[in-house]
Amino acid sequence: MTSASPENPESTQPLSTGAAPLRRTPLHLRHQALGARMAPFAGYALPIQYPDGIIAEHLHVRAAAGLFDVSHMGQAWLAGPDHETTARALEALVPADILGLAPGQQRYALLLNAQGGIRDDLMVARPADPMAAGRLFLVVNAACKEQDWLHIASAMPGDVTLETEERALLALQGPLAAEVMARFAPDAVELRFMDVTATQVAGIDVRVSRSGYTGEDGFEISVANDDAGALWDLLLTAPQVKPAGLGARDSLRLEAGLCLYGHDINQETSPVEAALTWSIAKRRRIDMDFPGAIRITEEIAGGPLRRRVGLLPEGRAPVREGAQIFDEAGELVGEVTSGGFGPSVGAPVAMGYVVSEFAKPGARVQVALRGRRVPAAVTPMPFTPHRYRR
Amino acid sequence: MADTRYTKDHEYIQVTGDIGVVGITDYAQQQLGDIVFVELPEVGRSFGKGDEAAVVESVKAASEIYAPVGGEVIEVNAAIEGEPAVVNEDPTGRGWFLKLRVADAAELGDLMDEGAYRQYVATLG
Repeated sequence: MTSASPENPESTQPLSTGAAPLRRTPLHLRHQALGARMAPFAGYALPIQYPDGIIAEHLHVRAAAGLFDVSHMGQAWLAGPDHETTARALEALVPADILGLAPGQQRYALLLNAQGGIRDDLMVARPADPMAAGRLFLVVNAACKEQDWLHIASAMPGDVTLETEERALLALQGPLAAEVMARFAPDAVELRFMDVTATQVAGIDVRVSRSGYTGEDGFEISVANDDAGALWDLLLTAPQVKPAGLGARDSLRLEAGLCLYGHDINQETSPVEAALTWSIAKRRRIDMDFPGAIRITEEIAGGPLRRRVGLLPEGRAPVREGAQIFDEAGELVGEVTSGGFGPSVGAPVAMGYVVSEFAKPGARVQVALRGRRVPAAVTPMPFTPHRYRR
Repeated sequence: MADTRYTKDHEYIQVTGDIGVVGITDYAQQQLGDIVFVELPEVGRSFGKGDEAAVVESVKAASEIYAPVGGEVIEVNAAIEGEPAVVNEDPTGRGWFLKLRVADAAELGDLMDEGAYRQYVATLG
């Protein structure tokens, strides 16, 4: 038996292939004590799964609440004299509306390159606290964080600075997450989807956003490294909560139709191709004042050549990242960028890029699998409905 | 009484006479995690030793199952196609993959016995 697929996230992260020792999160010993299987991801040793296994963890997040350690992600403040200065400085790099971000709100944004390709995707939050005026909180992907920080810092005007932070990040996700938070941090439960606040959980200072990467209601909680263990332990005392690893995180986000950077989006894919046009603000489209604006506005007007879609393969065999997609006449029309078994769907699910002609629900394609072609239907995403608290 | 032999790739073959029952070991199923799909060969196909005979997919990845010895497939376990999780639950019992008519019993001599396999797994940490 040998593994034949490049799908393992830990095996496809270039940062993990060197001889450099793996970094550990502040919760490393707790993962080991829980019996987690640890694996390299973006230069960190992270829990892929706990003894319950990926399917059980996935289903528990959909039914109750799962607790994820995502401390590998990059966290930083962008600090300027006032909101307008800081927001405009960041807007030079992303096509989202940062200027219009209200205090206490978070927004999804894309760091673009000059060709309109995606350098990274990130969350940008404006603190509710008036004392934090002029500050934006950024959370970026672990595998991109060093490059992101260099890129952002070098693009800032003199009065805006980037302050990276070494903090832990926990994600409490699932329909019962709010019930759990109500016990420990009642004010966090007042948040709606993509709201943020600074508060305390049982006396521990945290920054909480109502967001996540599973398609479920939930919270992402930034906490000082020294407090991370106590917070983790506390949240796990709730009977609704079980730990969940990166394996379940990946199958949950795939069912939710959410992109994994480096797989579904990269330096070549544009936001329009990636079906992320919603993250480009109207004002920004008119002003065309972001990197790659010419390509992107052309694609918005005329349609992209290819587009990210959902795929439901027939049968039970999962199709994996890298599999070629053909039309029924045998012409190559695209490629799978994420694929696997969807535990909540109960069947294989995938996403990938197809030429625009096939980027409509119900289009029939065929996916190459071990020397044969598996029929698949282009399908809208998410595969499982989002259940955010709007 | 069947004599069970093992490969370094964590397949087993339980041999009775010239018939071998092939599957994956408990160590293999633990390493794979939740198994969601099994692809079995057609009955009547012949494999050489080390040929790819079946595919097993966990949530995260596809893995190939190699014929521990050469032979002809005389039966496959269709039950695990419908219920792949049986391979996790009972890999050396109800979770078997296929039965081979062993072409050359001498090839079994290249495989590990139970004790050698246990020692081998212990070295994998």
